[in-house]
Amino acid sequence: MSTPARATAPALAVPALARARWRRYAAWLAAVLVVAVLPHVVTAPAAVPVMNQMGIAIVFALSYNMLLGQGGMLSFGHAVYLGLGGFIAAHALNLAARDVLYLPVPLLPLVGGLGGLFFGALFGSFSTRRAGTVFAMISLGVGELMAASSLILNAFFGGEEGITANRTKAPLLLGLEFTTDRQVYYLIAFWALATAALMYGFSRTPAGRMANAVRDNPERAEFVGYSAQRVRFVSFCASGFFAGIAGGLFAINYEILTAENMGLTASGAVLLMTYIGGIGYFMGPIIGAVVFTFLQSMLSDYTGMWLLYLGILFLATVLYVPAGLAGLLMMHAPAWRAGRFRRLLGPYALTALFGLVAAVGVIGLLEMVHFMAAASAARSTKRLFWMTVHVRTLWPWLAFAALLVAGAAGARRAAPAAAAAFNEASRPAGLP
Amino acid sequence: MFELIFFSVLNGLVFGMLLFMLSSGLTLIFGMMGVLNFAHAGFYMLGAYLAYTLSRYLGFWPALLVAPLLVGIIGALVERFGLRRVHRFGHVAELIFTFGVAIVIEEIVQLVWGRPAKAYEVPALLDFALFRFMQTSFPAYKAFMLLISVAIFVFLFAILTRTRAGLIIQASLTHPGMVAMLGHNVPRVFMVVFGIGSALAGLAGVIAGPVLGTFPGMAQVLGSIVFVVVVIGGLGSLTGAFVASLLIGIVQTFAVALDISVGSVLAAAGLPPLGTTGVLHELWQVTVAQVAPIMPYVLLVLILIIRPTGLFGTRET
Repeated sequence: MSTPARATAPALAVPALARARWRRYAAWLAAVLVVAVLPHVVTAPAAVPVMNQMGIAIVFALSYNMLLGQGGMLSFGHAVYLGLGGFIAAHALNLAARDVLYLPVPLLPLVGGLGGLFFGALFGSFSTRRAGTVFAMISLGVGELMAASSLILNAFFGGEEGITANRTKAPLLLGLEFTTDRQVYYLIAFWALATAALMYGFSRTPAGRMANAVRDNPERAEFVGYSAQRVRFVSFCASGFFAGIAGGLFAINYEILTAENMGLTASGAVLLMTYIGGIGYFMGPIIGAVVFTFLQSMLSDYTGMWLLYLGILFLATVLYVPAGLAGLLMMHAPAWRAGRFRRLLGPYALTALFGLVAAVGVIGLLEMVHFMAAASAARSTKRLFWMTVHVRTLWPWLAFAALLVAGAAGARRAAPAAAAAFNEASRPAGLP
Repeated sequence: MFELIFFSVLNGLVFGMLLFMLSSGLTLIFGMMGVLNFAHAGFYMLGAYLAYTLSRYLGFWPALLVAPLLVGIIGALVERFGLRRVHRFGHVAELIFTFGVAIVIEEIVQLVWGRPAKAYEVPALLDFALFRFMQTSFPAYKAFMLLISVAIFVFLFAILTRTRAGLIIQASLTHPGMVAMLGHNVPRVFMVVFGIGSALAGLAGVIAGPVLGTFPGMAQVLGSIVFVVVVIGGLGSLTGAFVASLLIGIVQTFAVALDISVGSVLAAAGLPPLGTTGVLHELWQVTVAQVAPIMPYVLLVLILIIRPTGLFGTRET
């Protein structure tokens, strides 16, 4: 990411760096503005709860990428730190409601963060000795361990019902009340922006840079004089802290935590969203969290199989765009700078059209299979793509299968042209 | 007491050999590709569901043969058109890919067969008590499970060590470049091994479905345990997988049967209870049977801390 800056000539470096810095400040400022006006622009009734969920997911995914993207540690148990931080925050909220300790709601995420930090330091002390498969397996083991213990230790985890809290009972800070979703939105937005800035800052500290070095080549990092384990441990603790903050926000937003929030499914979801967004870029997890949460809430309104569609999207990402959505965007930066982006639109639109046709075919077939398996035998029609489909006849099956085959074949034919156009548009200016 | 030990060992053997059927494929695939296959338990579940449907039309015995075959073919296809593509993006991408496959398999099973558990029953031919010992009887089907898994173990061992194909597979695990130089199609060997591993997982599902239940969560229940087994045994080591399977199988079965807690031990020794409420009290009252589900994971974490290569393994990643 930082190599182009180094490649510029020394005389140009200072203004170029200053410009880059201003651009970065402008990006953060724009983010603050967008977040501030968003609930006033998007006025759909379900929008604010979904945006709250997105904010929590963004913090969580960014903290996860501190491990996977920046530290090269693949974790299958990251939800443990969100969950434990959340449980601790929920208990603290209950104590605050009973006036046992003075703790206003806006500071609660910090309590969750400290909880996440504590358990991150505890589990990180032995799991960060190695990266790779050993780390992945230990994280899986710790995740399963906590998920199983949550059913045993009822006093802390609340058994099947979980721990409930009430955010309106806590003492007020500066008269800030949190009775509506919109008030909670601004709290989450504040914490999401603050933690995102902190995490971005962390990635540029020596500790963050060394995490990249240890990710790429632990042996060389050790020769330079850094302990790979300690570098990983620092990243792990920081990641646990921010995951705990996400847990604190979760406790405020939903006012309930159950063992499910710590399970393998929750850990898998954060892996999915981070990877779909792109682990190589700071923006990746943010994009992933927004897209994942949006699809999740959208799809679960229309179909019971939303996880299947997300799984297929995930597989397609791993197979075809391993750099994720952010990588896909960044890939086009050279073409954009060279002013040749418009030449790409035609071939891209053609490929996307065929891809869309294939997707309609797949969705139609899957929905009809679901209908055959789940609906009662008396029903024979289903609304699909604004049409009434007679599922128990042969024709819709043939039609959707034909769409799938035609779309896939067309995309296969159109893709080389799009790739050629991309290569043509991305070649450096001045070269023939 | 003797009765308890006898049946715990017997049930532990049945469960352990079942675990071995799953872990042998998983550890072979790992040895070959350096990737832990998250979808392995998914193939196990697929085996059980396919056998359930097939046994309704064809009967149990044909299903015992056909279902693993189908699962093996699906596994080979996943390797050929999925994993092989992802291979060039590195191990993390491969691991993540199998994770995605696991999710998709689980969702497809729910899509086709629905969420409620299926009544996949023990075949009538084997639905009787093989013998009675003191107060407990031992079902014939469990003996059949043991028989099948031992037969598979012997078969696998014979193939890998006594045949030419087995030698090529073994050589491909350690020296893929050399084997390719000698004119063997190593990618195809990988595909075949992946298919066989998946088929073994499918077979485990076919025979375990009636006993452990055929429901959408069955992959998650056993999947993590199988991971524990191959990691404890040492990644890539068949011997290790065998020993660890039996170890986990027997430890699990014994733990479930024991109703002892720290509190009860203290009480038996005549010591006063430590506190009557709160987290500490609760910890004291937890019985070994309640802790049984977390024991494999405690064992896993301990082993990885003390010996990251596992009991019989030679490498870490």
